[in-house]
Amino acid sequence: MSNISAYILPIFILIIIGFGVYKKIDVFGTFIDGAKKGFDVFLSILPSLTALFLAVQMLKSSQGIEIITKILTPVADLLKIPAETLPMCILSPISGGGSLSVYESIIGEYGPDSYIGRVASVMMGSTETTFYAIAVYYGAVGIKKIRHTAICSLCADFTSFILAGIIVRLFFYK
Amino acid sequence: MMNYIWIAIIFFSVITSVFNGTANELSKGIITSGNTAVDLCFSLLGTFCLWNGLMNIAEKSGLSKTCSKLFTPILCRLFKGLNKNSEAILPICLNITSNLLGLSNTATPIGIEAIKKLSKENIGKSTPSNNMVLFVVMNSAALRLIPTTVATIRANHESTNPLEILTPSIITSICALIVGITMTKILERFFKHE
Repeated sequence: MSNISAYILPIFILIIIGFGVYKKIDVFGTFIDGAKKGFDVFLSILPSLTALFLAVQMLKSSQGIEIITKILTPVADLLKIPAETLPMCILSPISGGGSLSVYESIIGEYGPDSYIGRVASVMMGSTETTFYAIAVYYGAVGIKKIRHTAICSLCADFTSFILAGIIVRLFFYK
Repeated sequence: MMNYIWIAIIFFSVITSVFNGTANELSKGIITSGNTAVDLCFSLLGTFCLWNGLMNIAEKSGLSKTCSKLFTPILCRLFKGLNKNSEAILPICLNITSNLLGLSNTATPIGIEAIKKLSKENIGKSTPSNNMVLFVVMNSAALRLIPTTVATIRANHESTNPLEILTPSIITSICALIVGITMTKILERFFKHE
């Protein structure tokens, strides 16, 4: 499987450039013309990422995550989400790097093959950083009002968090 | 929406830092946050240029149009009302493939190409079209066949089988993706596209 991953990029590039050669266009010149626009993308997503990182960094450094964890622990118990994974769940929609470092510390503390380790792994493997995606994609096209995007994405994340425990129990402990 | 979330997080952080006595850390966090954003953008700048260049070739050579004809029948089931000759089809397909294979550094720049093309069909509106919302939701609930990062960390911590979480992860992501897409389809009626 991991071999396919390694080949996919070269294949993408081969197809795109190969088609250009087949259609006899000036492949190199066209590439250069397009690549110039890369800087526009950079400039268009920087403002929204700055806003996102400000909020995330403030939440992390004020230790607000710990307080939210305390508030949400009863809810997590009710939904059978292991309390140890809660800080990771709270961080994962807003900060990819943040949730990854919490994940590593969970794995270090409880071990990768423990119940908590497995649940955390499934959670990590099935979610993406929601607000990062929103900031990057909508930033790139200059959209500020996002309609139902955040609600739907968070529902998907929430599904992962609840299901991770259930599916791990079904898979490894039945 | 983003407005309220952003304000809420910032107010909440300032208030908690007063109670936790973490004002110093907070100030440090505020100062470094801007640099983190610039660092990340800079680290992606090269791939932005690369994929802008490659997509330009795909458009000028007509590969984009060929791909649209090929994949429109499949993608139209999800992305309703997508133009048949839409230039968005090729980047959407490449984005989905890269997400599936866990190449997130490739998925992002290609995804940006896709949403730019989708937004071309959304001219004169200040909110995203249904298809744009769906695209972002699908990316934020990205389905991965191989959770590479997770497997690597598990292997580093001497897991007896780092990839044993593969099937549970895929099942969980598929369910999450289905919930995300269903919610998008239901809620799109209640949020005005203006």
